[in-house]
Amino acid sequence: MEFAQGKATPRTRMNDILLRFIVGGAVVSGFALLGDILKPKSFAGLFGAAPSVAIATLVLTVSTQGKVYASLEARSMLFGAVAFFFYALLVSRLLIRGRRSVLPVTALSMTLWFGCAFGCWYAVLR
Amino acid sequence: MKVKIDASGLGRSRWYEYFIRFAFGGTVTALAGIIAKRFGPEVGGLFLAFPAIFPAAATLIEKDEKEKKERAGQHGNKSGRAAAGVDAAGAAMGSIGLGIFAVIVWQRLPHSALALVLTGATLAWLVASVAVWELREKVCRRARAKWSRASDRQPGASAQQQSVDQQEVR
Repeated sequence: MEFAQGKATPRTRMNDILLRFIVGGAVVSGFALLGDILKPKSFAGLFGAAPSVAIATLVLTVSTQGKVYASLEARSMLFGAVAFFFYALLVSRLLIRGRRSVLPVTALSMTLWFGCAFGCWYAVLR
Repeated sequence: MKVKIDASGLGRSRWYEYFIRFAFGGTVTALAGIIAKRFGPEVGGLFLAFPAIFPAAATLIEKDEKEKKERAGQHGNKSGRAAAGVDAAGAAMGSIGLGIFAVIVWQRLPHSALALVLTGATLAWLVASVAVWELREKVCRRARAKWSRASDRQPGASAQQQSVDQQEVR
């Protein structure tokens, strides 16, 4: 599907990236703060999977590319969410039952997210 | 287990912890836009559910829990890992809501106003995530009660399993 993309100069492209960075950072930080003040930890963890990046991205995407383009992004996001589920489940199991420290477990498990997300994309959308 | 609001944790967080979250969140949002422009919305959309700040947030949770235990004169490595693991279990439940958010936006956005769709989808994420969390709490409570009854009959038999489960739902 083709989408109308205006001829963006390097300056407007840079502005767009900067705007996405600021809006994304602010929304993600807001949800993370909510997670910080809630107890117990398993409940606060729900906010680790808040749609923060999605909200920031969709607002900016609709204004530049339109609703149909943004809805196609949301369709793919479903596969990203499935991958997130398996990723978080694996990390949880490895950290509770295993002996490895957090950073290597969370970073190396990202390969599961990539495999699962792109696997779903390849099987369904490609 | 009751959900509580406890703002005391905010005072313990350092400025760079907020900065790290902001930087990771901003970077992933900017990257999602760049990837969508380069490879199209089908690939870019995958990154709307990327566990962007997860490793950083989990590392901070581990560090906080470890410091708390060490201040109390205990060894904090294991409880730091467990705290991050419990947070990850919460994130797994939240990701079910994230999928529902995606379906609502995908189906409704072309026909409705953006603000309305995003508000509805975010509420749906919250309701679905909390419902899954509540359901898991109920299942765990029942399992604990069952193990407790079993351990009354066989003292010490299931104490280890019970303690692991209690750690999970904290």
